[in-house]
Amino acid sequence: MMLNIGNKQQRVDGPQKVSGSATYSADITSQFYHAYVLQSSIACGSITALDTSAAEAFEGVKGIFTHKNLPERLKNRVDYTDPLSPPGKPFRPFYNNKILYNGQPIALVVAETFEQARYASSLIKVTYKEEEFKGSLYENLKNASADRTPDPASNRGDFKKAFKNSEYTITQEYRQSRNYHNPMEPHATSVEYKDDGSIVVYDKIQGVGSSLKYLNGVFGLGADKVQVKSDFVGGAFGSGLRPQYQLFMATLAALELKRNVQMVMTRAQMFSFGYRPEVIHTMKLGCSKDGTLQALSHRTVGETSTFEDFNETIVDWSGLLYKCEHVNLEYELTPVQSYTPLDMRAPGGVSGVYALECAIDELAHEAGIDPLEFRRKNYVDYDQNEDKPFTSKELMACYDRCEELFGWKNKKTSSENEPHLLTGFGMATGSWEALQQPASVSLTMDENGMFTIKCATADIGTGTYTVMSQIAADKLGVPIEKIEFKLGDTAYPDSPIEGGSWTVSSVGSAVAGVCKKFQYRIADVWKRNNPDYQQVDFDAILFQDGNLEYDAKTFSFAEIMQQASKEELSIAHNEAKIEGQTTHSGYAHCCVMVEVTVDQDLGIIKVPRIVNVSAAGKIINPKTAENQLLGAMIWGLGMALREEGMVDSKYGRIMNANFAEYHIAVNADVHNIHAEFVEEKDDKVNPLGAKGVGELGIVGLASAISNAIYDATGKRLRKLPMLLDDILEV
Amino acid sequence: MKTNHVHFTLNGESVEVSIEPWTTLLDYLRYNQKLVGTKKGCDHGQCGACTVLIDGNSVNSCLCLLVSLEGKEITTIEGLGTAENLSTAQQIFIDEDAYQCGYCTPGQICSTIAMRNRGEINSEEDLKDWMSGNLCRCAAYKNITKAARRIYEES
Repeated sequence: MMLNIGNKQQRVDGPQKVSGSATYSADITSQFYHAYVLQSSIACGSITALDTSAAEAFEGVKGIFTHKNLPERLKNRVDYTDPLSPPGKPFRPFYNNKILYNGQPIALVVAETFEQARYASSLIKVTYKEEEFKGSLYENLKNASADRTPDPASNRGDFKKAFKNSEYTITQEYRQSRNYHNPMEPHATSVEYKDDGSIVVYDKIQGVGSSLKYLNGVFGLGADKVQVKSDFVGGAFGSGLRPQYQLFMATLAALELKRNVQMVMTRAQMFSFGYRPEVIHTMKLGCSKDGTLQALSHRTVGETSTFEDFNETIVDWSGLLYKCEHVNLEYELTPVQSYTPLDMRAPGGVSGVYALECAIDELAHEAGIDPLEFRRKNYVDYDQNEDKPFTSKELMACYDRCEELFGWKNKKTSSENEPHLLTGFGMATGSWEALQQPASVSLTMDENGMFTIKCATADIGTGTYTVMSQIAADKLGVPIEKIEFKLGDTAYPDSPIEGGSWTVSSVGSAVAGVCKKFQYRIADVWKRNNPDYQQVDFDAILFQDGNLEYDAKTFSFAEIMQQASKEELSIAHNEAKIEGQTTHSGYAHCCVMVEVTVDQDLGIIKVPRIVNVSAAGKIINPKTAENQLLGAMIWGLGMALREEGMVDSKYGRIMNANFAEYHIAVNADVHNIHAEFVEEKDDKVNPLGAKGVGELGIVGLASAISNAIYDATGKRLRKLPMLLDDILEV
Repeated sequence: MKTNHVHFTLNGESVEVSIEPWTTLLDYLRYNQKLVGTKKGCDHGQCGACTVLIDGNSVNSCLCLLVSLEGKEITTIEGLGTAENLSTAQQIFIDEDAYQCGYCTPGQICSTIAMRNRGEINSEEDLKDWMSGNLCRCAAYKNITKAARRIYEES
């Protein structure tokens, strides 16, 4: 029988996605009222008057909600947190007349059609009392503080002394702009209101359990009154890690009006909640004459909101990736008048490693050592932050393979006949955590031997439906066509949120666990009904093609069920974390190399070639894994050269809240791009030996491009994004 | 409310409606026809998620008023093939894994078909330029390009 794990299995949900029949949260076709949110046009102050009379009188309008009429029961002893709330006080819509950020929801208009709701919102008259504020991270830097951040990894050695004694040193500042997730599907919630007062909520979320927890905390309906579903999620990248305000709005309106209500954000509103925060890094690195890294200091200041302390693990990465005995790590936060930042693809890691990998390149050049050789020289095979061994680390094999594939030793430009183009080559190391969370699943086999496996996890485009079906098929010993994996429903067993690249390790391990239990159970049923086989040892039984095989005899699962007069067989399983995670550190690694061209006259930066080689344990589905890695690499390209959320420092408004002005990478930005995996055996990281790949590919990429631009032009652009203006200005 | 009369063909069926003149083709498809395979990604003609075919050409349905489509032939993703009976282009997208979340996919597929209908793609750059009106935030561009090339050459 062909093994499914490791096979380039086509997505099992492909036919739905290519035919338009995959239903995302806004695609529920019940009859809905439509909700539209009016947002604050100031960033700081209060509302002194709010006149909704003209809007109320407008055709089709069914209700308007503001701080003036929010039901009292939503104000007192109400829990607005969700499972990923950072420390602080979560935002409470319409709680009072205070304005905390530009774009804050200040009124909800519900009407028969979307256009009626949107137009009516423009008839609301708002008067504000504005207060002074400073909009940007830079203007607020004096308020930076480590008081409300978690401690980074402990400092080690004597950084000051080691830095002073270093032969070569660099001291540099690197800046990253604010980035917005912008999945193609805008955040949407469709609420169906039932006659008994219960609701079914279709929400865009990376884990239905989070929406349920939030709804129960805020609206207190009771577990039997709310069901949250999310069959398909049109991308999220972290934007769905926390319930967003459309969930509150649609639910509030549905409960108050006792009607079905749908709220879909506009693209501009997709810039009115979480984002990857702007950060400033200060790096000090020193090495000996032979290029041994001796001293490393990484200080980062990031932005957060005035009401929550959003923190990321940024500087710790600098204590992890290279062997270094003298390390200083500092992380501080500065509140700004904005909504709270939110984890975005490889949160923290992509930021910390950006600064580190640029600084390492600068130091290697100072020392006159090839950047790849410099990294090899300072390789480390244990986690110095935690003083633990790794579950596995095949980064050296990534360096070797990437060097070979890219042709690092004899680098050749692919644009030789264009003299106005400067060509440069750059590289970086990337890494991401390999975590596992507890997860639960249920399995049911019917009398025909068809399996249904359920878990409240999500598929945000990563391929959960497909890889879980592959794992189940192999672990049960049945063809993949006999498996239906169902997700995105709070009626199913609990799952961690889909994030942190841990879904394969967490839910996949739980699926493997329930399948093993099933095999024991079906073997028991078989033995009970076949007295001759009662003493058979379980290990002597073979499971394949949907059959139980013993001693050259084959019994189909359906046959065994029939014999036992059973119509179905159901099993539940909870998979806890495994021991290996406490004794070892789990990380995936990669090496990325890029070729960059810079137009000498126009400053235009292009990336004709990117090669990434990753080590990520067992790859369950090379097709979907490669796709994710490539996608993350292109995210890195966008981060390096395109994406910049621009805040107007006077009004605190996002000035480019649309796709025409907030640029994400398009098809024409992508040229020769290649990703592959090296073999990495890991029997400690989790029962599957698999590490997540959703985030890995973005880590290090922006640094590789920055380093290549230096190689091409001799200019260090120590900021993101790097634009043609920067090339012409420096 | 004043309405206008318009007649067109939608996925092979003749349709006549009286509708408010500001109604976009996208909203008509999603709200009136419940053809939700066509997606709203920006409503400003910047992302291509709402791409459909009008007389075989690709059009951002969010920028197109329904009343302007008198006599036109409109084809949406639902008109190309169903999950049970996929068209060649749809099958190629599955074979090449030319998507991740799937949200931009109906628009991407419609754009590849319009590209094939029009011809005049002479290079890889031409093809990438053509397909750059359809954003894919999952950035499955490498596989989308492979699929688009196959659809252009094979179907």
